[in-house]
Amino acid sequence: MDGAGAPPALPPRFADWFAARGWTPRTHQLAMVEKGRAGRGALLIAPTGGGKTLAGFLPSLIELDGRPAGNEPPGVHTLYISPLKALAVDVERNLLAPIAQMGLKVKAESRTGDTGAARKQRQRVTPPDILLTTPEQLALFCAWEGARRYFEDLRCVIVDEIHAIWPTKRGDLLALDLARLHAFAPECRRVGLSATVDDPDQIRRWLSPGPREDIDLVRGAGGAAPLVDVLLSEDRVPWAGHTARHAMPEVYDAIRGARTALVFVNTRFQAEFAFQELWRLNEHNLPIALHHGSLAAEQRRRVEAAMARGELRAVVCTSTLDLGVDWGDVDLVIQLASPKGASRMVQRIGRANHRLDEASRALLVPANRFEMLECQAAREAIAENALDTEAERIGALDVLAQHIMGCACSEPFDLAALHDEVRSAGPYRDLAWEDFERVVDFVATGGYALRAYDRFARIVRGRDGLWRVRNAEMALRHRLNVGAIVSPGMLAVRIAGGRRASPGRKIGEVEEGYLEVLEVGDVFVFAGRAWRLMGVTGLDVLVRPAPGEEAKMPSWGGSKFALSTFLARRVRAMMSDAHHWEVLPGDVREWLELQRDRSTIAATDEMLLETFPRGHRHFLVCYPFEGRLAHTTLAMLLTRRLERLGVGPIGFVCNDYALAVWAMKPMDSLDFADLFAQDMLGDDLEAWLAESSMMKAAFKNCALIAGLIERRFPGQRKTGRQVIFSTDLIYDVLRRHQPDHLLLACARHDAAQSMIDVTRLGALLARIRGRIRHMALDHLSPFSVSVILEIGRQRSPGGTGEMVLAEAEEDLIAEAIA
Amino acid sequence: MSEALRRRPYAFAASPCGGLAMDLAGEGVVCRPSGGLWLAAHGVLVVADLHLEKGSSFAARGQMLPPYDTGETLRRLEAEVAALLPRVLVLLGDSFHDRGAEARLTGADRRRLLALASGRTLVWVAGNHDAAAPADLAGDTAAAVAFGGLVLVHEPRAGAPAGHVAGHLHPCARVAARAASVRRRCFVTDGLRMILPAFGAYAGGLNVRDPVFRPLMDAAPLAVVLGASRAHPIGWRSLRGD
Repeated sequence: MDGAGAPPALPPRFADWFAARGWTPRTHQLAMVEKGRAGRGALLIAPTGGGKTLAGFLPSLIELDGRPAGNEPPGVHTLYISPLKALAVDVERNLLAPIAQMGLKVKAESRTGDTGAARKQRQRVTPPDILLTTPEQLALFCAWEGARRYFEDLRCVIVDEIHAIWPTKRGDLLALDLARLHAFAPECRRVGLSATVDDPDQIRRWLSPGPREDIDLVRGAGGAAPLVDVLLSEDRVPWAGHTARHAMPEVYDAIRGARTALVFVNTRFQAEFAFQELWRLNEHNLPIALHHGSLAAEQRRRVEAAMARGELRAVVCTSTLDLGVDWGDVDLVIQLASPKGASRMVQRIGRANHRLDEASRALLVPANRFEMLECQAAREAIAENALDTEAERIGALDVLAQHIMGCACSEPFDLAALHDEVRSAGPYRDLAWEDFERVVDFVATGGYALRAYDRFARIVRGRDGLWRVRNAEMALRHRLNVGAIVSPGMLAVRIAGGRRASPGRKIGEVEEGYLEVLEVGDVFVFAGRAWRLMGVTGLDVLVRPAPGEEAKMPSWGGSKFALSTFLARRVRAMMSDAHHWEVLPGDVREWLELQRDRSTIAATDEMLLETFPRGHRHFLVCYPFEGRLAHTTLAMLLTRRLERLGVGPIGFVCNDYALAVWAMKPMDSLDFADLFAQDMLGDDLEAWLAESSMMKAAFKNCALIAGLIERRFPGQRKTGRQVIFSTDLIYDVLRRHQPDHLLLACARHDAAQSMIDVTRLGALLARIRGRIRHMALDHLSPFSVSVILEIGRQRSPGGTGEMVLAEAEEDLIAEAIA
Repeated sequence: MSEALRRRPYAFAASPCGGLAMDLAGEGVVCRPSGGLWLAAHGVLVVADLHLEKGSSFAARGQMLPPYDTGETLRRLEAEVAALLPRVLVLLGDSFHDRGAEARLTGADRRRLLALASGRTLVWVAGNHDAAAPADLAGDTAAAVAFGGLVLVHEPRAGAPAGHVAGHLHPCARVAARAASVRRRCFVTDGLRMILPAFGAYAGGLNVRDPVFRPLMDAAPLAVVLGASRAHPIGWRSLRGD
């Protein structure tokens, strides 16, 4: 900056535009303009509704407007990346308005998977000044021969909703492509836009193009603190369950009292259920709609459009509405069942009231007594502005494999130079040369110890020492498989027509597995109506309307989110402190007192473990509060140990708070310190994991991302199920013949992290060492009811196939005897 | 096949080896948990659809599947041969995944195939993937072979007479019990005819509920489903579509 005093905050054209609307530019918007002038990267943290997106674009608009006419560089000036296709399109619309109103000669266009081929082609030839797109589209751009020339004039990349992208594989892919862009256009600066997070420095490190801290932090004004209430229902809070059915009349009243409400739930089944219940109560005929990822796209768009026009009073939705598409005049967010994490709740609350000066209102509706504790803990955490934290991100190697292949498709590369470039991406900063080489070898020939495929290599090293893709067909195949989201196989839900139940009109799409818990003939609710499942043929789920019939409510999915470590700690603390119980309703307090009298309530740093007989069985119930995933893993491992101890474990069941194992023999006198010893994470874990279906699922994901398996061939589409089958075979063979293969390591890492939560389990075992509080009881305790009630509702995870076969065989024998 | 179809009482018994001994058109056979069919009276072991070198076939087109499938398939075949010491080993067609597969065999795998042929009769039944006889390997080639009342060919066909034993379709069963289900390779038989599961490590599977199977069996068939160490007889009612 020169010393002649600060330049005017905004050029006249921009200042006038603000003034004409009666607006004053916000401090953080001006700060972002300053950062842009100084050529600095920036991370803007501001609550929703703070004009965050405009703050991101203002510097670019000013710069573009100030360019001398007729001399513009031909390339893209600003690239905007959004985690959602819908958001990219939405922001395009919101950006076009100020551009038109100010009369700027700036062309802004979106490009997503849904953009037509003609427009895409034109965008390649004549790039817009501002291109709005997704991480997957950027990866495709970077795998294109013209990528370097296309992006060499780039001045700014804006990553929106960066808090939602960075700690994921999509984030890894984006970080690698940002590194690529930096190589093409070293002048380009990076801007991140984020909702409130606990540790902004983590995101700054992620976003920075080198180990230096190149990203300045800009904070928006905090806005009014949200008003969060927990519903203290008139009705008694249930002991177990996930539906919050008891509170529906009060939820309905809350909707009536609001202008527009968003009702968040954690699963699609819960969404369908809540929608049904609300309509059953809807004597005022309020326009209440439903929105979740399984509904047909047209139906979702209709709901979104009606919402934007202000025609709806409430939308029941899942995380499909978590991110920042603008939903108009929402003044109340209702969370049905626990949010499971404070940060997620803050995001969801942010969906209400896009005006900063007014407080957002939220209502948490616990579905059971433990959730009452959770919701209170979440409310207090939000009031203290204390949020969940994320672990530092280490980039996934399957994503790196995809990126390296993309680089080869774009232009020849030098191995050492590419290693340097990759290490300039936050998640890959510590990538060792050996690991990098290993990934390159995987990309070339599959990385097999048996060097059978050298002659088929996908990328080859030329005489000039540079690596390039072997031929155009390999490049084409790669481009068809780009992306880090492996979408599950989708089945179309169709109305069965005629006597032969042939497929008719499509009412939506469901993931494979969505209907796994249902049998032909069962009635279930989908898209807000009751249907009878007639059968599944090929890629179609055939249904017939079953109006008025009692629908089956699969209860396996209490929540797909695990209780966050942070919130779990607060729940344990609240529980062990009787003074804190005052915030809870009377029936929940009584329940805690009952537990204290009949069994005990453990101290914050202890874990309660109860043993008691029930029926002809002996039960062991413990309460780690570490989430269903970690509990399931723990239960699996405990069962193996109990088996060896000869107590004959028969089954187990888990929820977010507790796990129960039942056995033939009593377990009161076992050595629990030994039973929960940390060495269970050694051989037992490895042996179980290797055989588990979770590991196979993780392997399939990694194989698809890394390009070992193809998503689709030109002119041929496999269903997800066919892919599952063949990757299982490959997994088995690879595990036997090359157990140290790169992709097995990737799959193991993913399964340990996201599917079985080994990190969390390890921390739990360390935490409770010497702190297990055992109570030998005569009968079940009040706390244990919630988990005992889950028995018979859950599928046993990773259920052993051999048992299924043995049972089916017994059926046949029984049939023969009958 | 509809439930209305005539039910045939099947005669079967678990065999000590984990296999399932049963009567097939009057011949005693054992469905092995490996997927092989053992004709004890004749000393004949039959395996179908090895699809050797499927991995390298994909690799040549740029999909680098692990190159261990041939080794794995041969390892399992060697284990069966060592357990049963057959007089005759019948490879029931599609032993190679494609025409170029034989040429892509490694030296070691080639020697293992030769070893399997030594001291016994090895019969290569022609399949649709490998219609031509092996160019450079030991053994006899045939379009079909017969033992007792059984005729062994690659492709099943509608209206085949009793004793018809084939492969080609890679039958698989989805078995559901309570809330879980598994999908495994299986034999499928109506007591008079039989279709063998694929033996190859990378061979995919076709659900036995697929209409393709309908004209090939004349009663609600029995699936003999391959478990880890046992072959399980599973009734038609317990089988599910995919």
